[in-house]
Amino acid sequence: MKYTEDHEWLRAEKGEDGSDIIVVGITEHAATQLGDVVFVELPDIDVMVASGDEVVVIESVKAASDILAPIDGEIVEVNTKVADNPGLVNEDPLGDAWFFKMKVDDPAVIDQFMDEDEYNDLIS
Amino acid sequence: MADLKRTALYDLHLALGAKMVPFAGYEMPVQYPAGVLKEHLHTRASAGLFDVSHMGQVILRPRSGRLSDAAAALETLVPVDILALPEGRQRYALFTAPDGGILDDLMVANRGDHLFVVVNAACKEADAAHMRAHLAGACEITELPERALLALQGPAAEGVLETLAPGAAAMRFMDVATLHWGAVELWVSRSGYTGEDGFEISLPADNATAFARALLANAAVQPIGLGARDSLRLEAGLCLYGHDIDTTTSPIEGNLSWAIQKSRRANGLRAGGFPGAPRILAELAQSPSRLRIGLLPEGRAPMRDGTQLFAGPEGGEAIGHITSGGFGPSLGAPISMGYLPASLCAAGTTVYAEVRGKRLPATVAAMPFQPTTYKR
Repeated sequence: MKYTEDHEWLRAEKGEDGSDIIVVGITEHAATQLGDVVFVELPDIDVMVASGDEVVVIESVKAASDILAPIDGEIVEVNTKVADNPGLVNEDPLGDAWFFKMKVDDPAVIDQFMDEDEYNDLIS
Repeated sequence: MADLKRTALYDLHLALGAKMVPFAGYEMPVQYPAGVLKEHLHTRASAGLFDVSHMGQVILRPRSGRLSDAAAALETLVPVDILALPEGRQRYALFTAPDGGILDDLMVANRGDHLFVVVNAACKEADAAHMRAHLAGACEITELPERALLALQGPAAEGVLETLAPGAAAMRFMDVATLHWGAVELWVSRSGYTGEDGFEISLPADNATAFARALLANAAVQPIGLGARDSLRLEAGLCLYGHDIDTTTSPIEGNLSWAIQKSRRANGLRAGGFPGAPRILAELAQSPSRLRIGLLPEGRAPMRDGTQLFAGPEGGEAIGHITSGGFGPSLGAPISMGYLPASLCAAGTTVYAEVRGKRLPATVAAMPFQPTTYKR
């Protein structure tokens, strides 16, 4: 798992067709800082996005915030479970509450991001 | 958080694991480890303890010794009947401006030989100056920074307070009384800012932590931060000064005409005689051009403070805006309040809120969103 400065986690996996997929969620630290999440708006699928694009809107009891695409790629799947049950983001941010999957040409694209130790240094 | 003041309960908040934020010049708990949703729901299900010591507590004592003189003086600043307020009762009031705007909202209690006034934290210095400028002839004006103010709200509040301070259960909504917790004198009102039955309790700051701990020792009571205080009052349809009402809104636009008794209205015993009376009485007679209303967004997206409102799904100029909005935990849905032209204020009217560039429908709804449970 890799981590961004925007408190996202990125995990590489293989798609059913063997393509390279990056799964994106937010860290436990981010979920705690946001507070109780009450609304999640997911992106459309089969859409190309660029790194830095706002792709997900999260509203907590406190405020709205955006999740940015961490890399360039195609959104191939979104997790409708978090839209139906936004509280999942607080319950299981690193597991069930992933937000979207992106298809990438080269999974090594996430090597540029922090590993767990580096991320823990960032938030400590 | 330099330059911020602390209430008497500051150390207790830290001990309880509160997340502290700046609010109205104070370091205040926005939430405890349970979080806003659980704190909100706990208050509606059992009892929540709130530190509201940042609010301003002021005594107006008549120089003549006759309370009616203090009441008559205060009536020159508020469109509210204070003279008819019986001893042991409290009433909601508004400081109005000469142009009919609202300077602050407040509670006024008749405590026998004096009036006891509670004002908003962010306005308390201006309010004290306002009262000194206009009431000093009739009243001795004493601010009480050495007193703390706690609120105990929710269905279990009555039982919890009665065991510590006998007499609480006998009070009705908006009664005020002096009760005793051991040797400590408590100035109690049966009121609050959540829509629930409950109490606000003024006591010496030196006793506040011990009293709060005594309340929290009851398993029914949990500490509640400002986050849940806001969602509770929003569900109850109660105004937040500086958001839902301010110097640009009149009491009538703010849908607070219920707070203006007959005696202060046209043809009343003491009609007018408060700042902004010409505009406020005219709006009472003719209805204002806009009104504060409740809104239920159709989807799940919260519509927050500042969101612009439109008559249709596309085009046209904004017709109003949202002044408070968020998620209502007890309703399990987003709720908002805001201002709309009087012609679009009927319950059931659909309007459109522009959220992140998209027009989303919302329905005008009666408030409170959540039924109140006051012990009348």
